[in-house]
Amino acid sequence: MPRRNDIKTILIIGSGPIVIGQACEFDYSGVQACKALRSDGYKIVLVNSNPATIMTDPEVADKTYLEPIEPSFIEKVIERERPDAVLPTLGGQTALNCAVELWEKGVFRKYNVEMIGAKGEVIKKAENRELFKEAMQKIGLDLPKSGEAYNYKEALKVVEGIGFPVIIRPGFTLGGTGGGVAYNLDEFKVIANRGLEASPISEILIEESVIGWKEYEMEVMRDLNDNVVIICSIENFDAMGVHTGDSITVAPAQTLTDKEYQLMRDASIAVIREIGVETGGSNIQFAVNPRDGRMVVIEMNPRVSRSSALASKATGFPIAKIAAKLAVGYTLDEISNDITRKTPACFEPTIDYCVTKIPRFTFEKFRGTDETLTTAMKSVGEAMAIGRTFKESLQKCLRSMEINVYGLDDVKDPEILRNLEKALRYPSARRIFAVKYALQIGMSLTEINGLTGIDPWFLSNLQEIVEFEKKLKGYKGKKIPTQLLREAKTIGFSDRQLAGLWELKEQEIFELCLERNVQPEFKQVDTCAAEFEAYTPYYYSTYS
Amino acid sequence: MKAILALEDGTVFEGTSFGAAGEQTGEVVFNTSMTGYQEILTDPSYKGQIVAMTYPLIGNYGICPDDFESQKPHLSGFVVREASRLISNWRANMALAEFLKKYKIIGIEGIDTRALTLHIRSAGALKGIISTRDLDPKSLVSKAQASPGLVGVDLVREVTCKKTYQWNSKGKFKVVLLDCGAKYNIMRDLAARACHVLVVPAGTSARKIMAMKPDGVMLSNGPGDPAAVGYVIETVRQLIGRVPIFGICLGHQILGLALGGKTFKLKFGHRGANQPVMDLRTRKVEITSQNHGFCVDLNSLSGQEIELTHLNLNDRTSEGLRHKQHPAFSVQYHPEASAGPHDSKYLFDEFIRSIKHAKKK
Repeated sequence: MPRRNDIKTILIIGSGPIVIGQACEFDYSGVQACKALRSDGYKIVLVNSNPATIMTDPEVADKTYLEPIEPSFIEKVIERERPDAVLPTLGGQTALNCAVELWEKGVFRKYNVEMIGAKGEVIKKAENRELFKEAMQKIGLDLPKSGEAYNYKEALKVVEGIGFPVIIRPGFTLGGTGGGVAYNLDEFKVIANRGLEASPISEILIEESVIGWKEYEMEVMRDLNDNVVIICSIENFDAMGVHTGDSITVAPAQTLTDKEYQLMRDASIAVIREIGVETGGSNIQFAVNPRDGRMVVIEMNPRVSRSSALASKATGFPIAKIAAKLAVGYTLDEISNDITRKTPACFEPTIDYCVTKIPRFTFEKFRGTDETLTTAMKSVGEAMAIGRTFKESLQKCLRSMEINVYGLDDVKDPEILRNLEKALRYPSARRIFAVKYALQIGMSLTEINGLTGIDPWFLSNLQEIVEFEKKLKGYKGKKIPTQLLREAKTIGFSDRQLAGLWELKEQEIFELCLERNVQPEFKQVDTCAAEFEAYTPYYYSTYS
Repeated sequence: MKAILALEDGTVFEGTSFGAAGEQTGEVVFNTSMTGYQEILTDPSYKGQIVAMTYPLIGNYGICPDDFESQKPHLSGFVVREASRLISNWRANMALAEFLKKYKIIGIEGIDTRALTLHIRSAGALKGIISTRDLDPKSLVSKAQASPGLVGVDLVREVTCKKTYQWNSKGKFKVVLLDCGAKYNIMRDLAARACHVLVVPAGTSARKIMAMKPDGVMLSNGPGDPAAVGYVIETVRQLIGRVPIFGICLGHQILGLALGGKTFKLKFGHRGANQPVMDLRTRKVEITSQNHGFCVDLNSLSGQEIELTHLNLNDRTSEGLRHKQHPAFSVQYHPEASAGPHDSKYLFDEFIRSIKHAKKK
């Protein structure tokens, strides 16, 4: 389908102030969208209250309003600018919420503004728990089992159908007071009764706990001709229970067979169609039980998300830019892949490297905060690294964090030494170093998996790093074989780490590498694993 | 143990052996799927080929008993950047290395698979050799040069079933599957649509097939050069117009040749699970699973009763055809998926519709 000519002016809602969970990724997506639409001749009116963004630079939009992302202000902008359409899916949750409010108030109808990307009903369906549950049941997808109870007898009946562990949430209490996780009947009796007591209407929601299951995300795109493609799959290193923004994540998914991956792909396509996101990107989260492969849908974001920014950089597929073009009527086969030029954007990127993202925390700036990671996001940033193996990308990523480590270093945090089991059981920013310590003192993968829920495949890779580091230590004061040096580099060891292990200066390692010709090369991020020639790729350094 | 992959043009890659020991020649090709190495390993279409995976981390989820696409692996060698040391999947019962050893397939890891892919992309698919015995690059290169290659070689007879067998015992529609090296998922997809599937060797004559009174004939995928299987082409020529026909991959090429067309060899082929194909009748795009080195030249069929139904959006080559008068159609890619996306399963439904339509007459 060609571009829409009935639309002239488009209102884009930015993401406003930087808060946890909503940082510069939405500045990036907004700028991409503004550029893409303006270059196609549309007039862009932008509202964003944050002048410290690129988006609000004068040349990005035709008209820029530095006003709060609140319905009353946006309505005034609409009244003045009379846009034909509003694109609410590129400014994160703030923009989306604001758009839904405006839609509910009838503002868009009043000024004849069309919602493009996602309509009001669609956003509601994706965001409202009940509506989402109904929609998923309609297409036969599994969700965590749940049920309500109004007395203990009913509660027992519900829990019988679910099995332990369960999460108990009292109805209408602030912040879930009186709820908790029950692992057995004794605990359940206490928590369920406490919950019924705490709820003003004596209601509890009992939900199957998927804590410890494997967590995945799929980045999906759809166009007006109903073509749907998966841009990227992401597997979380940290199991369910840690917010994905606070999890170490890896792209693509590592431990799904093709059968399981295709089930998840089919489910993702079914979800975006059923929820009804007409054009653009969505992010869909799944949990998989590692014991029997059961897959449940957790949630969907009907918009460009934090993960979309990661997926874009991980694959070379510009999700926000393409999402903006799809919103004005183009179809995926009409847009060309910027990197290969000759092939269309209607394909699924395939990558020939491993991408690792690690969240960055600044608990020192938020004194008194509980440092345990939970389902509420606490990180303030992240680093992403690319390597040919998970080991290489993980070590590169760790040293990009500016937390004074140069790879999977020894971090003998007093908390780890004091209570290793606790440091493993409770997710925190230091947990990966606790895992290293556990491996060093010979704890088994099974035991670490049991305490952390981290998939054995990831643990085994960490173990390989630990074992190789031990081997490297044995060469302290000896002549370093070139093959060993090269292997250390392919596993992601930095000059600084090697210097530490061999008690040499970093400069000496640098010179040794030069002398032995152990040098990085630069490989392309080209969306297609080298199948087609790339004209505007970007590069990452690697040793293989 | 050290292993070497050498190409006929003199390029040599050194790596570490992680499968069986030995020496094998084959055409060196790359596959860009990020999942599904087990399905790829057991796909008979890779007979005579050394397959390199572009995704660097392979073997992570091991080998699962239900994910075989034939009884055993058929390829000549398997090339990866890093074979996983540990397997992690609840269904898996064997590690990749163990699997390769069991079936005597040579595996090589630790080579720069991206460099290899770039090389094949610019030079085209090359004859190669993979060895753990002979580690002399010069000698290996000359052995690669002396190997037969794929063009003009009938590999189908090496992978087809020895005699006719039933895939399942009953069904509403009797479908004879001409086995040129069929993937199990074709049978599974037919059986799931109430077909009673009879699998027959590729050398079965049209007369014998018609004597089975089939409601439809399925032409399977398979290895090698379609022009080398004249006997199957002749069989199919005699079947056109007498029974509904559906062809996949090699089956598509065979149908094209039986209709009087020509095939040609692509520079390095299409192998992966992300190839965009447009259904020209609906203008919708499906993401397809592909594995082919040869292609039907649509121009060679022009002026005939043939309609081009599917087009590859990457390189604009033909991906599907349909006879305008007779119930016969085929696609170059893999609607049965496995490994790969399920977007094209509707083609099996179209086959069933054409069977139903023919039965009414």
